[in-house]
Amino acid sequence: MIAELGHAMLWIAAGLALLQIVAGIFELRGRHIVAARPLAIAQGVLTMIAFLLLIWLFVRSDMSVDLIARNSHSDKPLIYRISGTWGNHEGSMLLWLTILGFAGAMVGLFEKRLDARTLTATLVAQASLALGFFTFLLLVSNPFKRLVPAPPQGLGLNPLLQDPGLAFHPPTLYLGYVGLSVAFSFAVGAMITRDVGPAFARAMRPWVLLSWIFLTIGIVAGSYWAYYELGWGGWWFWDPVENASLMPWIAATALLHSVSVTATRDALRTWTLMLAVVGFSMSMLGTFIVRSGLLTSVHSFAVDPERGLYILGLLAFYIGGALLLFGLRVGAVAESQRFNWMSREAALVLNNLLLSVILVIVLVGTMSPIVAEALGSQISVGPPYYNPWTAAFALPLVAVMVLGPLLRWRQDDGAKVRKWAPLLIGAIVITIVLCLIFAPGMGILPLLGLALAVGVGIVSLAPLVGRNLRRTPLPVWGMVFAHFGVAVALVGMATESAFIKERLAAVRVGETVEVANWRVRLTDVRPVVGPNWTAVEAVLDVQRGNSDVETMRPQARTFNQPQTETNEAALKTVWNGQLYAVLGQSAGRDEQGRERWQLRLWWKPLVWFIWAGGGLIALGGLLSLIGRIQPLRTFRGNKAAA
Amino acid sequence: MIRFLAWLVAVIVALGAMLAPPPAHGQSGLPPAPYAYKQIDDPVKEEQARELMHELRCLVCQGQSIADSDAPLAGDMRSQVRERIAAGETPDQVRSWLVDRYGAWVTYDPPLGPETFLLFVAPLLALLFGGWLVLGRLQRAPDTERETPA
Repeated sequence: MIAELGHAMLWIAAGLALLQIVAGIFELRGRHIVAARPLAIAQGVLTMIAFLLLIWLFVRSDMSVDLIARNSHSDKPLIYRISGTWGNHEGSMLLWLTILGFAGAMVGLFEKRLDARTLTATLVAQASLALGFFTFLLLVSNPFKRLVPAPPQGLGLNPLLQDPGLAFHPPTLYLGYVGLSVAFSFAVGAMITRDVGPAFARAMRPWVLLSWIFLTIGIVAGSYWAYYELGWGGWWFWDPVENASLMPWIAATALLHSVSVTATRDALRTWTLMLAVVGFSMSMLGTFIVRSGLLTSVHSFAVDPERGLYILGLLAFYIGGALLLFGLRVGAVAESQRFNWMSREAALVLNNLLLSVILVIVLVGTMSPIVAEALGSQISVGPPYYNPWTAAFALPLVAVMVLGPLLRWRQDDGAKVRKWAPLLIGAIVITIVLCLIFAPGMGILPLLGLALAVGVGIVSLAPLVGRNLRRTPLPVWGMVFAHFGVAVALVGMATESAFIKERLAAVRVGETVEVANWRVRLTDVRPVVGPNWTAVEAVLDVQRGNSDVETMRPQARTFNQPQTETNEAALKTVWNGQLYAVLGQSAGRDEQGRERWQLRLWWKPLVWFIWAGGGLIALGGLLSLIGRIQPLRTFRGNKAAA
Repeated sequence: MIRFLAWLVAVIVALGAMLAPPPAHGQSGLPPAPYAYKQIDDPVKEEQARELMHELRCLVCQGQSIADSDAPLAGDMRSQVRERIAAGETPDQVRSWLVDRYGAWVTYDPPLGPETFLLFVAPLLALLFGGWLVLGRLQRAPDTERETPA
């Protein structure tokens, strides 16, 4: 019954989306209907109920539902039965749609700043997006399909996904992905009504901020997950799935800066429109790459092309439609305010340009192997391509970050740059000299990264100098935190990649190995049992220099449903880095017949700066968002009081 | 998918057994290859090997390098890389030996060719096109302040 109810909810919501489009179009043609708003809200609520019903079915382990029989198992802990809802194709598409509907409902409920006609056009655009993905879900990916006869037990969830961090990773990322749909719909709406200006930009900005925050958190959390769960200590792999989340983030970062210029200075109108279209296009492309089966291989896509082709069709329709509208209306968008090349606008234009080039690099790098495979040859694109190419544009981008905040809007006389130059140049030169003295063999990229990070770190605090800190507006704090976070993350990346120490060893119980200035002694290897896994656990006594001995317990786990082996790394965090320990397989016995175990140890200096910096960036976004929403509240409150 | 991978593994193992002087072992049950989890004593060579291993694809994994994988085949390839580097080959020689054996798919450093030229051309085109737009905008900008009518 519950499954049928959920299924019905989806059909009704799809019908409401269609109705919302029709009513909206009539509204735009001058009829006095005010249906788009309530319809958007109703559609969002219904989709959310359908999603909650699916979660409920997963919690109850109702194996008569095909999706649950294929992807769940009643032995799983409750949290993973819940997260299993979106750990598969159909469920994650429903989550995607739920967030799309939720975003539409939020716009319908809370958006008061946008001109009424533009808002209606925006809701029509949002409903068109929803309708397309509703048909996708209902026609080729129905999550509520029954399985007759019901099997007694399900097949289980991939153990790699059974991790508390990863359980909430997809929802976070999807909030970011799909949040960009609002920016897309705003842009389409504004292009329809030809109403692009500071008011429109100010209305769009909080939505961009919101999805940018979630994208940032999603990427940072995903990177940390890969770091500790995959057991090899890598934190970024340029894997297509990672790139699928990085591309919308790059576009959103550019959009965030561009929309700020439009809101503050009424410049860069067409850039802002274009980036809003590109941002959500990248989200849809990411969904397509991940959901079409193209990633595993073109072969698996060709075996079951229905879903992939459907998403591809939707993608072509929405992106093509938006670009066509852009082409038709770009001439009609009123001329923006102009600015001089020595100005903050110019720095932000450069920021946009460099981010766009980086986006192109990641896009071409991600799509090339897929296209090549479709044409019959196999190539791989990985770190040796991405690292130098992105660095070639990311380092100048960071240099722009050093100068930009020191420039004034419209036209700058260079006074502030001259004031800060001695401190900046001094700090950067000292950093480089210290590195050359203490780490003569250091690579050029980490060296430049560190030097520029120091520059960004200093300049990021510049907006606070000479201000009363208690009266500094929150968005300024937001920018300070976010830019400082970039500096912190950059220090982490550069230091980790330049000074990592690795030690692989086959170790007997009682033996000691060393990595960097840590001594690691294997004191015991013993079996451990968990709820749905068994493991071999190593007990390591670790000591740095003459400090206290502490214990680390890496495990090699074997999950029983489905049977899979994973490594649970043990991490020891100290202020200047992390010791990372992994227990591998047995390495056989030595001459005396004593068993030896594979140990993998890494000393990763300052590695946690990477995610701490990421966290600061997200926090900066959050402060900005609060700052952008708050004045609205007080303003409305004052009006109500008056 | 799994059948395809199994097929791929079978083909690679068969090819390896036929062609490779040191047989590709360690698929199941056998102990891992000698240098799969062991470093070369010479730190300079180990560093070279480590860098190269990060640039080689684990053929049976999804998007992992052989330096980041527990798959037996990745272990075998790590061992091969370390043995060859230790014996004095340069990373480039080892890479091209592997590319001859497994095709361009094995290296994450795509060679310039008809399928890959866009990788190198597209970013530059994007920069040129974007730069042209930006310069056009800036050149039209006036030196003096001017308020546009609201």
